[in-house]
Amino acid sequence: MKKYKNIEQYPSQIRRDIVRMVHDVQSGHPGGSLGTVEFFTALFFELLEADPQQFKINDKGEDIFILSNGHITPVYYSTMARRGYFKLQELATFRRLGSRLQGHPSVHDGLPGVRIASGSLGQGLSVALGIAQGKKLNNDSHLVYTLHGDGELQEGQIWEAVLYAGAKGVDNLIATVDYNNAQIDGKVDDVLSLGNLKAKFEAFNWTVVEIKEGNNLEAVIKGLNEAKSLTGKGKPVAVLLHTLMGYGIDFMQGDYRWHGKPLNDEQLTKALAQLPETLGDY
Amino acid sequence: MKKYTYTEKKDTRSGFGDALTQLGNINENVVALTADVTGSVKMGDFAKQHPDRFFNVGIQEANMIGMAAGFTIEGKIPFAATFAEFISGRVYDQIRQAIAYSEKNVKICASHAGLTVGEDGATHQALEDLGMMKMLPGMVVINPCDYNQTKAATLAIAEYEGPVYFRFGRPKVPNFTPDDQKFEIGKAVVLNEGDDVSIFATGHLVWPAIKAAERLENEGISVDLINIHTIKPLDETAVLNSAKKTGAVVTCEEHNRLGGLGESIAGFLAANHPTPQSFVAVNDQFGESGTGDELMQKYGLDAEGIYKAVKEVLAKK
Repeated sequence: MKKYKNIEQYPSQIRRDIVRMVHDVQSGHPGGSLGTVEFFTALFFELLEADPQQFKINDKGEDIFILSNGHITPVYYSTMARRGYFKLQELATFRRLGSRLQGHPSVHDGLPGVRIASGSLGQGLSVALGIAQGKKLNNDSHLVYTLHGDGELQEGQIWEAVLYAGAKGVDNLIATVDYNNAQIDGKVDDVLSLGNLKAKFEAFNWTVVEIKEGNNLEAVIKGLNEAKSLTGKGKPVAVLLHTLMGYGIDFMQGDYRWHGKPLNDEQLTKALAQLPETLGDY
Repeated sequence: MKKYTYTEKKDTRSGFGDALTQLGNINENVVALTADVTGSVKMGDFAKQHPDRFFNVGIQEANMIGMAAGFTIEGKIPFAATFAEFISGRVYDQIRQAIAYSEKNVKICASHAGLTVGEDGATHQALEDLGMMKMLPGMVVINPCDYNQTKAATLAIAEYEGPVYFRFGRPKVPNFTPDDQKFEIGKAVVLNEGDDVSIFATGHLVWPAIKAAERLENEGISVDLINIHTIKPLDETAVLNSAKKTGAVVTCEEHNRLGGLGESIAGFLAANHPTPQSFVAVNDQFGESGTGDELMQKYGLDAEGIYKAVKEVLAKK
């Protein structure tokens, strides 16, 4: 019962978009973008009940997604463009002067699909809490989804929001953590370990769903649907999405050094050779 | 000079709280957030009358700011309130990204601003907030002078679509402005017309400025006295017309002289009509414990300080 019968063709194409965008402007964040392609595909093409054609900055009664780790704009923009929020060709303007596709998501530039700026880490969950509680006031049963980096969970504001959501039972919220154990300076375990993250969320009164194969589209769709089925039961839901940074390209996969580094010409050629052009490049 | 009188001293924070309760009754989109200081910021009545629209987030100012930004996406008009220090510097990055840059319709309500918070001391005395907030593109910055004006301003900012930093305080001060005033954002209020010197005052300094003006007028010095309740956008027309008329300017504020109203006016006049200016403000210092009155006197933020500043600037004319 997939909504998009060719959904499995998206990940390879989105990965091509990501490496081409970052290569073209010689800046941006390919690592976390490549690692979360299956999440974005599953969310935007399967889970999210939202109308890309009728986007309004203020909610009109639909599911809302908030990207908290704003640096992974390549995957965010590519997925939104391919879902129909804006023209595919606009991906070519990524990070260029005058573009609506800012380095980190902005509202100021009017890109359809974006409702809050992010980039300075740790803020998205709080914003989602305002939306989630606003939805309850509006008697709107749609859900709020967020995505966070695991490194981002080192920010204190995240834990303010985690405490609040659990204590107040904000149960129309699904917060996903890109659990790739990688941040700019190295492994999360080495820089500042999160310890037992599942136990931490549970101690804060959250329900936790683990998706062990975060780069397997079927597994991600199944896991997110399970998370969705657990909403409305008095607790917020956390998804621990186990991914590999740089997934899909052999020389990038699992290497934290690709957090914010563009590919050179030779690397781009090698990368594209590993990624079939399934739906047509932008 | 027109005689200004008052029947009662009242705190500006109560003007905020009373207007917010009123707003709750007339506008169902208004939601209120605070961080464990419900009574101090006078949100108790709103909380009682509209419990479903009242959110005490606990001691989590950063989370509160993010939540407020989120509420706007659902069409709400969030009024988020705590002490000025904790809703400015402490959460500057959150305000910058989630409210100002994201162009969200949040009312950032900053109570207990300035030296007059008193005995709590410098940790609680926000003297840099106006500067920080006016530097954010698109942020409106308002600092009313008494209970009635704070009440009117609270109602006005609910009607305005966009981010507002709204600053008020704890002490009871003369309530002299009209009960039925219409508050116009960005429109200065002329309290007295004169030719010799311009006094631009904001917030708690407006009343002492009236007292100083009365003394000066008695000495034959004609004072153009203007209440600048909106720091940003600055009423440039009012400032320019007054400076052209008098050729001497005194600015008065409960704030660091760096970044405040005085600096805004100096910057504007330097580019448009260079005019000698004296600053009644805290001179790049932190405050300290004491009563509000003692502190305002010690740091020269009183009628005497304003009087002296006028004498000083007149000597430069």
